[in-house]
Amino acid sequence: MTPLLDVAEVSKLFPAAGGPGLWARTKRRFSGGPANLPKVYAVDDVSFVIGKGETVGLVGESGCGKSTLVRALTRLIDVSDGTIKLGDRELARKTSRVFARDRDRARIQMVFQDAGESVNPRFTAFHAIADPLRRLRKLRGKALQERVAVVSRQCGLPVELLSRFPHQLSGGQRARVGIARAIAVEPDLLVLDEPTAALDVSVQVVILQLLQRLKHEFGMSYLFVSHDLSVVRLLCDRVLVMYLGKIVESGPAAEVFARPLHPYTQALVAAVPRLNEGAGERLRLSGEPMSPIDPDPHVCRFYGRCPRGMESCKTAMPALRQFGERHVACHFAEEFLPRS
Amino acid sequence: MTSAPAALSVENLCVEFRTRSGIVRALDKVSFSVAKGETVALVGESGSGKSVTAYAVMGILDPAGRVTGGRAMLGGLDLLSANQSQLAKVRGRKMAMIFQSPRTALNPIRQVGRQIADVLIRHGDVTRKAAPAAAIEMLRAVGITDPVRRAKTYPFEMSGGMCQRVMIAIALAAKPSLLIADEPTTGLDVTTQAVIMDLISDLAEKLGMATIFITHDLALAGQRAARIVVMHAGHVVEAAPTRELCANARHPYTAELIAATPDSATSLDALASIPGSLPDLRRTDLPPCRYSERCPRKTERCAQPLPVGPPDAAHTIACWNPLPARAIGAPKVNAA
Repeated sequence: MTPLLDVAEVSKLFPAAGGPGLWARTKRRFSGGPANLPKVYAVDDVSFVIGKGETVGLVGESGCGKSTLVRALTRLIDVSDGTIKLGDRELARKTSRVFARDRDRARIQMVFQDAGESVNPRFTAFHAIADPLRRLRKLRGKALQERVAVVSRQCGLPVELLSRFPHQLSGGQRARVGIARAIAVEPDLLVLDEPTAALDVSVQVVILQLLQRLKHEFGMSYLFVSHDLSVVRLLCDRVLVMYLGKIVESGPAAEVFARPLHPYTQALVAAVPRLNEGAGERLRLSGEPMSPIDPDPHVCRFYGRCPRGMESCKTAMPALRQFGERHVACHFAEEFLPRS
Repeated sequence: MTSAPAALSVENLCVEFRTRSGIVRALDKVSFSVAKGETVALVGESGSGKSVTAYAVMGILDPAGRVTGGRAMLGGLDLLSANQSQLAKVRGRKMAMIFQSPRTALNPIRQVGRQIADVLIRHGDVTRKAAPAAAIEMLRAVGITDPVRRAKTYPFEMSGGMCQRVMIAIALAAKPSLLIADEPTTGLDVTTQAVIMDLISDLAEKLGMATIFITHDLALAGQRAARIVVMHAGHVVEAAPTRELCANARHPYTAELIAATPDSATSLDALASIPGSLPDLRRTDLPPCRYSERCPRKTERCAQPLPVGPPDAAHTIACWNPLPARAIGAPKVNAA
């Protein structure tokens, strides 16, 4: 598979301001600039590849950095370190402000969570879909109207609804507007940030099937961010599991969910409710994740919550190691591998 | 239902909302009951009336809403005809509720320890002096580490899971006999969801509470509840013990709902969507079966009033043309 997006060693650190108050403010004032402040490691040394036509899932709990990573990839924010290659072009070097007017802006588009809140409430569905076309394709007048009509038809949005405002649309219709405006400029990579989180199951099914169909029709690649593992399992070819800024496991979706190797993935899979099973005695995570502010680089990020947690986890950060098609960052991954 | 006496029994609950564009018949003859120590899940899509049912039982309906019929018996008291002072006595003490989105349900400008202490003083027969210590004990009971320090924090300083634990502590402060949990885990991560649900079931078991668990996630309900009540557009369409319902769903809507749940499917194409949408509940010409306009199994009989079965049947189906029962362990069907 030819790679479409090649992300290498991307990091995003935020300076931690230290909150309000005179003391914190004084410390900030005399710290000598943001470079000397403690840092939140939101995304820490993340590398992966998305192939052409591939659907990659990104899962992890809230606060693990998936949204920051996604915003960095879509070039809405700047990365602190690393490279993002789209085809042959390096995108990370340009600042996000400059990239907003770049010719490759149209190639990566994003569908945000809950279009009811991410679409300008004073834009009708038509204007919401037309906006990227005006800015990136410079379409005007008749050509614009035709294109909007074509795209909304592709997304199953009746043309009569185009004059409505977001609050006049149902959840499913809003999701369609969100998708329509993202695919209007024919991107190569569509980043979907929990597109079905606000929807009922029956509507969710329709939207997921729509996404599947659009992907086949236009040959787009998807990066699908979700916390619903049963949806990721159905939609994605490959899955990345993130924990506190790091990718802890990746591999073919079916395999990762059938036989998770990292203890965090195991807990994640165990936590998914199944219709025909009782809750029973399953693996549960206790406690809260460790602080992402200047974490010790020699301690596994999962240490403290990990049911295994040996001495070696406190002295060496496990690297992402390869096992066939899969990558796992755990010292004890071998124990869960099937014996060959 | 079950042999244990019902902690709460709701019979023929009807609720209407007056709106500018007409009267919304939000609930129509909703009946179910919860036995002591039992967990019953109310499942349905948004707009099906799950939360309205809970609010009506708690007596905290929106002023535009009005109970137009039915009874909700909690230990000899009809909650629907009780006056405010009677209700104030049972709310918090005998029944308590865990709300959706704990961050907005908690008071943002009061320390969580104090919020728990408030409830303890009001409902828990704890003196003002002893309340702070008792609040810390409650925090410890819901599994918050370092409760002494956490009691002094504000909701915004805590994660969503922690806030939900505080909500649970508040709800359980006076050891109620009935707990209503309205989507207690929406917006939480799956790992946190599992832990919070474990906590609720453990405490419910320890205190022998009856629990009504409201959710839109059929898989979660199937995992946690002994019985499932499926709602659609203000009707109870099917109610059965969980296993029975999963293996032998007979109302067409329940079957569609199970088919749409991504957990059971092997591929995306195998998932079925439910055609149509909820009927407009403002209409005056609503058919007796509110699902009939979406239903693939509609017959002429569907225009007649819905079949009413014996209230004590284990598996009730509000349908004239239910799916055939599987042969083994066929349920008693009241709609034949």
